[in-house]
Amino acid sequence: MSDQDQENQAPDATSAAIDIDREKGNFKYAEDYAYDAGVGLNPGVIDYIAKVKGEDEWVREFRHKALKIFESKPMPTHWATKDLDNIVFDNIRYYLAKGQKPARTWDEVPDDVKATFERLGIPEQERKFLAGVEAQFDSEASYSRMKEDLEKLGVIFVGPTEGLRDHPEIFRKYFGKVIPIGDNKFSALNSAVFSGGSFIYVPKGVKVAAPLQAYFRINAENFGQFERTLIIADEGAEVTYMEGCTAPKFETATLHSAVVELVALKGAKIQYITVQNWSNNVFNLVTKRGMAEEGAEVRWIDCNIGSRLTMKYPGVVLKGEKARGEVISIALASHGQHQDTGAKMIHAASDTTSNIISKSISVLDGRSTYRGQVVMPKSLSGCKNNTECDALLINTNSRTDTYPAITVRGTQNSVQHEASVSKVSADQIFYMMQRGLSEGEAMSLAVNGFVNDLVKEFPMEYSVELKRLIELEMEGSVG
Amino acid sequence: MSNATIPSSPIASDEAFSAALRPWAPQGAFADLRKSGWERFRSLPMPRRLDEKWRFANTAEVTLDGFNLAAEPSAAARSRIAEKSHLVDDASARLVFADGHLVHATGISAELAAQGVIFEPLAEAVKRRPALLEKYLLKSGTNLGGDKFLALHQAYCESGYVLYVPEGVVIEKPFVIYNWSVAPDAAFFPHALVVAEANAKVSVVDFFMSDTATAQALAVSASDIHAAHGAGVFRKVVQNWNETVHSHQIDCTHAGSDAEVTTVAVNLGGKRARFESAVRIHGKAAKVNLYGLTVADNRQEFDQRTFQEHNAPGAFSDLLYKNALLDGARTIFSGMIRVAPDAQQTDAYQTNRNLLLSGDAEANSLPGLEIEANDVKCSHGATTAQLDESELFYFLARGIHRETAKELLVFGFFEEIIEKVDNDELAAVLRDFVHAKFRRRAAASA
Repeated sequence: MSDQDQENQAPDATSAAIDIDREKGNFKYAEDYAYDAGVGLNPGVIDYIAKVKGEDEWVREFRHKALKIFESKPMPTHWATKDLDNIVFDNIRYYLAKGQKPARTWDEVPDDVKATFERLGIPEQERKFLAGVEAQFDSEASYSRMKEDLEKLGVIFVGPTEGLRDHPEIFRKYFGKVIPIGDNKFSALNSAVFSGGSFIYVPKGVKVAAPLQAYFRINAENFGQFERTLIIADEGAEVTYMEGCTAPKFETATLHSAVVELVALKGAKIQYITVQNWSNNVFNLVTKRGMAEEGAEVRWIDCNIGSRLTMKYPGVVLKGEKARGEVISIALASHGQHQDTGAKMIHAASDTTSNIISKSISVLDGRSTYRGQVVMPKSLSGCKNNTECDALLINTNSRTDTYPAITVRGTQNSVQHEASVSKVSADQIFYMMQRGLSEGEAMSLAVNGFVNDLVKEFPMEYSVELKRLIELEMEGSVG
Repeated sequence: MSNATIPSSPIASDEAFSAALRPWAPQGAFADLRKSGWERFRSLPMPRRLDEKWRFANTAEVTLDGFNLAAEPSAAARSRIAEKSHLVDDASARLVFADGHLVHATGISAELAAQGVIFEPLAEAVKRRPALLEKYLLKSGTNLGGDKFLALHQAYCESGYVLYVPEGVVIEKPFVIYNWSVAPDAAFFPHALVVAEANAKVSVVDFFMSDTATAQALAVSASDIHAAHGAGVFRKVVQNWNETVHSHQIDCTHAGSDAEVTTVAVNLGGKRARFESAVRIHGKAAKVNLYGLTVADNRQEFDQRTFQEHNAPGAFSDLLYKNALLDGARTIFSGMIRVAPDAQQTDAYQTNRNLLLSGDAEANSLPGLEIEANDVKCSHGATTAQLDESELFYFLARGIHRETAKELLVFGFFEEIIEKVDNDELAAVLRDFVHAKFRRRAAASA
């Protein structure tokens, strides 16, 4: 193996749980892919993926239809950054898999993959406490484990191939319905070549106490990752899903384009937590949308630190009365990065409420963008939206943009939107430096203070990591 | 100059343009400017639905078809129009146009003329002040999507006025300009050019009004305000067309160092009214205030696009646009604050408040920020809501009828902007216009 020198230096057990040095994640393992669909995208690749995965005919047709839509749609560069034109679709590998089926037991997981997880920090204690782990290694979920008691509750936690093959009666109804194939060019791309991801069903009234979690990473140059996630919480069910990602450093740009669909039926609650820390050459173009039925709640808690360009606007379609949608978003754009994030709230029933809180930090020549959409159509009443976007600019060449779009009709609906842009006040920095902190430390503390109320929304281990990641990003930005 | 001989070809036809340009051949530079406008107009497409700068606009209704350059009004119409043009009489001077033709002029005092102040119809200034126009006329666009309409304006630009105030000259009383729409299917293109040299101060009031409630028209107006170092320019624009007029207003403001520019835009009329306002701050510590009030009813669409461009440090700009919506009306507010990398210590604000008074009305807000300097204070806010029930309750608890209470609250909402015009005569006119619009509604529903 080419990476013996990367073997862990075995930090002590407690710090291993939280102290993951992902910033320096330039380790990688030999690329030994059992399945490889080759470079570029054509109908043959689609057939190949469908065949290797043993998919039903309707899934294959779905993929072919999606490919046609992908090819027919133009790049959205009339509003989005021209950087998208730098993606060379012909140079991307659209399918790679370690094995055809996800590993069932820990023993079956290949050693080098286990080593990667070790490095990624899925610690022993988490394995005990977390309900199940879907860790996607390249395209396929290579490690999947569920606690028996979860299975007893009837919770289904599988990959998309198994989900569509073994439980079509549950998943087919909503698959591609919250986010139709033609929603945008990249949702069409994902629909054509998706592999990996999580399909979760939580039965009526089941409240999953511990969060379900998936860690995944990209490990092959020029390899796009197109995971597909569909989470269905049946009436009165509750579930929290967490995804975090880190990727080794590559020499050329990599494309990541996921589709995540959430369905919260009557009175259900879904919380979806993301920490995105791809390496700085990744195009991260993700479509995420939830649908909330009567009295249901969908919350997106999103943190974007990595990637070259992230375009991600988690949305909630508030379909039933008294449904609630929320997006909490933190973005940190440093040198060479563009975090183009935001939120969409589509009110489609009366008395629905939505809340968007977005905070972004631009460091060095980083650029952060907020794009939002709030829609309240005619014939609805009593809908409310609150949107707050705050941007912090650290250096003189940092940049931030805000592009919200708000449409309101109907009666007794109200929307309020506020955005502000500021820098860390010189007084604050002076105060801290007077007490012995270096300028960098003071800046780091101020930035952490800026996002502190949002960081609290993340689970403890994530919030600790987030603070550390922010500190790392702030290093060398001042002084 | 008489346009009576111009055949009534559609304004988008080469025949109409050639005929309109013919009498201006002796004014070479001006004719060239218009020709280049025509060529640009021909080369640009009409706005399309997916055009980001026309987002939410009902582009299918944007049209140039069926409009012609109007013949000069009859003597009777001229005197009627001139007689109706007495809304703000405590003025420095007055110009009245009907369908783009000058029908009345009250010039400036000999005292102002002696100080070097120029206030004259554009058609006259073209002949008398080529150097001034060469320097200031139609030098920039708004870059807000209306390029094709600005190009058309440039091609047909001969109506309107030029106001030049030399260095240090302070003029208290406003210059008042009336633009009337008279003949059915008339197209006209009023221009406003205001140049205030260093430390000069001036205010103007532009009225856009219809002679009748039914004559359809196309009005494509454009303005350029140039405020030099320390200059003060205060422009108030009252748009009260009838509800069949297709209106395009394209305003560019240039603010130099320490300049102070305030604009108040009151939008009441038109079938579809597009309003573009770009403010470019070139000099440090300039101060710009932009206020807007729109009352939209029936099927009216008001499409407002604004741009606050900070290219110099230490400047201030503040925008407040308030829209009240009734019936099936639509409003679009799309605002952008752009702070260039060197424009440190910028203070820039933008607020859009929409008051929905009907369940069928639609308010769209696109408040945007593009910030490339870090030492700035910038914010925007957009709210859309109905009348506050708790405020209504306060009135009801004091025995005031619900409808009266609503009306008081709505007029209170408008008053914040009306007060900004800082001219009692004009404020009274605006209150009358807004009340008249509500009375028309009450009469129609009775």
